[in-house]
Amino acid sequence: MLRVDIEACIGCGVCEEECTFAAIEVIDGVAVVNEKCTLCGSCVDSCEAEALSIETKEKVVQADLSAWSGIMIFAEYRQGKVVPVSYELLGIGRQLADQQKVRLSAVLLGADLGEAAKDLIAYGADTVYQVDDPALEYFTDEIYGNILEDLALEKKPEVVLAGATAIGRSFIPLVATALATGLTADCTQLAIRPEDGVLLQTRPAFGGNIMATIECPHTRPQMATVRPRVMKAAPHDPQRKGEIINYKPQAERLQSKVKVLRNVLEEQDQVNITEGDIIVAGGRGLDNEKGFALIKQLADVVGGAVGASRAAVDSQWIAYPHQVGQTGKTVNPKLYIACGISGAIQHVVGMQSADTIVAINKDPHAPIFDVATYGIVGDLFEVVPKLIEKIKEKRG
Amino acid sequence: MNIIVCIKQVPDAKDVRLDPKTNTMAREGVESIMNPFDRHALEEAVRLKEQHGGTVTVVSMGPPQAEAVLRDAVACGADEAVLVSDRAFAGADTWATTYTLGKAIEKVAPFDLILCGKQAIDGDTAQVGPGLAKRLNIPYVSYARKITGLVNGVLSLQRLMDDGYDEVEIPLPGLLTVVKEINEPRVPSLKGKMKAKKLSIKKFTATDIGADADSIGLPGSTTQVVKVFAPVFKGERAMLEGTVDEQVEQLLNKLEPYL
Repeated sequence: MLRVDIEACIGCGVCEEECTFAAIEVIDGVAVVNEKCTLCGSCVDSCEAEALSIETKEKVVQADLSAWSGIMIFAEYRQGKVVPVSYELLGIGRQLADQQKVRLSAVLLGADLGEAAKDLIAYGADTVYQVDDPALEYFTDEIYGNILEDLALEKKPEVVLAGATAIGRSFIPLVATALATGLTADCTQLAIRPEDGVLLQTRPAFGGNIMATIECPHTRPQMATVRPRVMKAAPHDPQRKGEIINYKPQAERLQSKVKVLRNVLEEQDQVNITEGDIIVAGGRGLDNEKGFALIKQLADVVGGAVGASRAAVDSQWIAYPHQVGQTGKTVNPKLYIACGISGAIQHVVGMQSADTIVAINKDPHAPIFDVATYGIVGDLFEVVPKLIEKIKEKRG
Repeated sequence: MNIIVCIKQVPDAKDVRLDPKTNTMAREGVESIMNPFDRHALEEAVRLKEQHGGTVTVVSMGPPQAEAVLRDAVACGADEAVLVSDRAFAGADTWATTYTLGKAIEKVAPFDLILCGKQAIDGDTAQVGPGLAKRLNIPYVSYARKITGLVNGVLSLQRLMDDGYDEVEIPLPGLLTVVKEINEPRVPSLKGKMKAKKLSIKKFTATDIGADADSIGLPGSTTQVVKVFAPVFKGERAMLEGTVDEQVEQLLNKLEPYL
């Protein structure tokens, strides 16, 4: 409960302004809380009169948090390959482990894993726990969950990270629930508070309109899924040394009630907009499907991939795999050219980390210009053809 | 087949804006709606009922005004509605939410299938479905995009993955979370609207579901929000002026390293 000390409250209204959820209001000179309150605590920090407090019961702290030490990441393996987000997890995991002076381990599950464990060591893991078993050929929440749960209980890492992929976001909540600990989804920033070793997990919410920093103070491990293409992978060092441990789960832990019969790859994996250096993206300003032909031409000329805003995908001008943003893909190219994209926050959160962003838009007030490195206010149907022409000219 | 659909009332995220100066969400015109993914879960439940018989019960945990989305669900084909509401639930994270929903569902009725939306558009966590399945100790499949059959209590379906889809079988009772591709939700019928108006909604408090006070709301949560802020963007905003030719010329110079 959010408590208002009516003696202390001076009715200044700072809390009312601070509250993101319109949950507190000054009525007759005193702050009054309504049911929209999410207990986020922003108002408590803002109150200079110290009239606000959040009442929590003294938590029964899980036996000795300090017994949990080390950073563990789940290395996703699919279609005979380590999924790239696993290297990014090793990148951030390495930073956190070095800061805490603890070990970084990776859990690698699959069938016919080959040399994948060595690869994880080269990217920063100290220890790889691998289970190479035909039961792991396809992803099942239950078996993957069982093994990660067992390993977490046995090795007691303080932090467990996984990619916020279809697989990670599906089975990690099962593991967190089984371990009776907290989980934060789709984090875009992670840091450990030096004083108490608490993991500060920052993530977008409300379609990217709001960022929230979340902690898991009383239970271990602290678990998070991490958005792909946000963290940087550590450099690959084939000389790095580490140990590979073949972990043997109990036979009954390799059983799943859900059966996967087969995996069907779809065309969408060929449209991989997350891997190129340049993306040319179009939005509502293209007016129709034909507009995308222009985007495609520019993309071809600069050797880039085609991206799109949700508005364009919702209008069925282009397929969903091209969508960039909160409900599409997060991309991190060197150059992002946004044509006729207004820059709704839900789009911007998916592309803001590009090194250079060019925005071309008719509306000088379009929010896309706020994230742009270079902006051109103009008609994209004039600017883009001219751009294509000049690039071609330059190249002779 | 008895189906439970979990529904959340959410602010329409596309209307939500945080003013970076005041750190306040724009309050005007933000509507409360049924979480769009849950609407697809509801539609799938109603279709399964139409095909195989049974009942559809919608359950929502939320403040008293969440009753609106339950009535909306009844108008779209649900038979019964349960509102799980108590001030003591405030501040619940997904851990406390799955505990509460699990307790409530055990109270509701025996079920064959629970359907949830993939995620709610306010929190975007996608954690409640899988967590709830674990609480109830039933199998689950996330991101169902097509149900292809039901034979001898085993549901066949396609599960959307990052690189395509998996063909999957799940024995019932079980839980699915669904993606938008699974169906096109219907609009409420007149008959449904009438029914929604009249139906008395069952209300469960923390006491009604026998919830342990230490497991619900903020005290029962494993995670805590320590800070909420507007995203910061680092755009340099160098506007290129002049005629189209001049603008393009300047841009080409700037982009030299990439081309």
